[in-house]
Amino acid sequence: MSALVELNSVTKIYGNKKAVDNVNLQVQEGEILALLGPNGSGKTTLLKILALLEAPTEGTIKFQGELVTEKNAEKMRTQSTLVFQRTLLFDTTVYNNVAYGLKIRKMPRNMIDAEVKKALQLVKLDGFEKRHAKKLSGGEQQRVAIARALVLKTKLLLLDEPTANLDPKNASIIEDAISTLNREYKTTIVMATHNMFQAKSLPQRVALMNEGQITETGAPAEIFGKLSKNLVRFAVLDNTFAGTAEATSAGTIIVDIGNGVQVEVTEQRQGKVSIFVNPQDIILSKHAVESSARNVLKGRVTEIKDLGSIVKLKVDVGKPFTVQVTKRSFNEMELNLGSEVYIAFKASSVQVL
Amino acid sequence: MVDILGGIAKALQLIVTGDPMLYGIVYRSILFSGAAIVLAALWGTPIAMLLSLKNFRGKTIIKGFFNSLIGIPTVVLGLVLFLIFSNGGPLGFLGLLYTPAAIILGEAILVTPVLISIMVNAIEAVDPDIFTLAKTLGASESQALLAVLKEALNGVLLSNLASFNRAIAELGVALLVGGNIAGLTDVLTTAISRYTARGELDFAIALGIILMVLVFLINMAVILARKAKWVITIWRTPQ
Repeated sequence: MSALVELNSVTKIYGNKKAVDNVNLQVQEGEILALLGPNGSGKTTLLKILALLEAPTEGTIKFQGELVTEKNAEKMRTQSTLVFQRTLLFDTTVYNNVAYGLKIRKMPRNMIDAEVKKALQLVKLDGFEKRHAKKLSGGEQQRVAIARALVLKTKLLLLDEPTANLDPKNASIIEDAISTLNREYKTTIVMATHNMFQAKSLPQRVALMNEGQITETGAPAEIFGKLSKNLVRFAVLDNTFAGTAEATSAGTIIVDIGNGVQVEVTEQRQGKVSIFVNPQDIILSKHAVESSARNVLKGRVTEIKDLGSIVKLKVDVGKPFTVQVTKRSFNEMELNLGSEVYIAFKASSVQVL
Repeated sequence: MVDILGGIAKALQLIVTGDPMLYGIVYRSILFSGAAIVLAALWGTPIAMLLSLKNFRGKTIIKGFFNSLIGIPTVVLGLVLFLIFSNGGPLGFLGLLYTPAAIILGEAILVTPVLISIMVNAIEAVDPDIFTLAKTLGASESQALLAVLKEALNGVLLSNLASFNRAIAELGVALLVGGNIAGLTDVLTTAISRYTARGELDFAIALGIILMVLVFLINMAVILARKAKWVITIWRTPQ
């Protein structure tokens, strides 16, 4: 494998804020690399630099061994494309959205038609060509944005939180499309995420980012397998907590994550650990319900984020947990800020990082 | 009263029979106003893009300047242009006074503030990231700017139609720099004033009716323009 992109001592300063701080990174041809880090850690800026949309304040970029300069940036930019976190569509049909980059590249019309069709199939939007892109659902819109990027078959595909704010169905369609693209076209993919789950399953390599710096890189198993000290700092991530584990007589462990919150986990570990609970694995209820879930915690809703078909809630049970429910459930439960709720999840849903 | 009714009857007759003098005036009106809009769009569009997409010192003042000029009395602008184009004026040597070119130039200047103000609003309403999006999909700077303009297409069409409306319905500029010369520089508004002054009410009424119909049609087009973009899009999408 050779390096497709090479960042050497890249720093980006906005005003007096160092968004990216002295980053050295080689993206290997054909790999899927995940940038994992909390909000504001510099992932988006780094992606924009890789997409040649932002020039670094200091440092150099090499694309396929060639130094990127102000002069050749516009030409080199066509070798990569970035999908933004916020779904952004042209106010026109799905076809015109997906075909945009191909028209720019002056591809003949009949070939464009065929490519658009294939790309839409890949994101499971067959036959959506004539629909108005902005009138689709949130998940479908993001899939159009993904199709518009992957239809270009660029050497490098950059994805900024591609499935954030999406329901599980739409998210898995996008994850499938991404891995198909990587497998069949050997497209190199760099994706920013703060979804531990995604970072663990999709990529071949993970780079941890914090405060503009890459603190650690390695295979997911390496990064998640050992207790990375950098990961503990990521406790600001959704549902990631550091704590101390103690064995129980039932063969499970109890992890004390502070503020009197204890979580039961079906894994054998002792001492300091970091745990993660997928927001989708948490059941929300207004009353304590009897179930097989070993972890039932009482708390209050402190934040409500409407994401279209799903709603993300922050529930403070002593520690803040992020919970994801469908809009319908949310409406039926008549929840408000300050509402008293219970969260429940199985001991086996807790992952020890 | 009989005079007025008789005037209306004769006016309708003139319209229906296609009186050449009458339609000559209509033709000139549409031609001069149309040319003025083309000219105003040529210099107004880049200015509007600059004002809406770039940040620089004094931008707000310039936007305010164009906004306040929307309401400039046409007679005042006509007078200023008359002074500039007249023999003793700074551009007197061009010999433009009382020519169609003077009317076109004058009306283009008149509608520029309208055109720019509406277009700036339309472009500013476009998501600023559209520019970056176009670029990451492979567009050059100018192609990305075009993508932004396309997103604002409804507003761009609206700015042109509103400008045309203002140009065709104005009197002061055409009268003062055009001179209202029959068969050469007279347009709907100036001809109405001339025929009315002369007491030839049938002609005045006929021209008035046509002007009203034109203005009505333009305003209908403005309403349709809000939907035009979608119609164009559907039409161009392959079956």
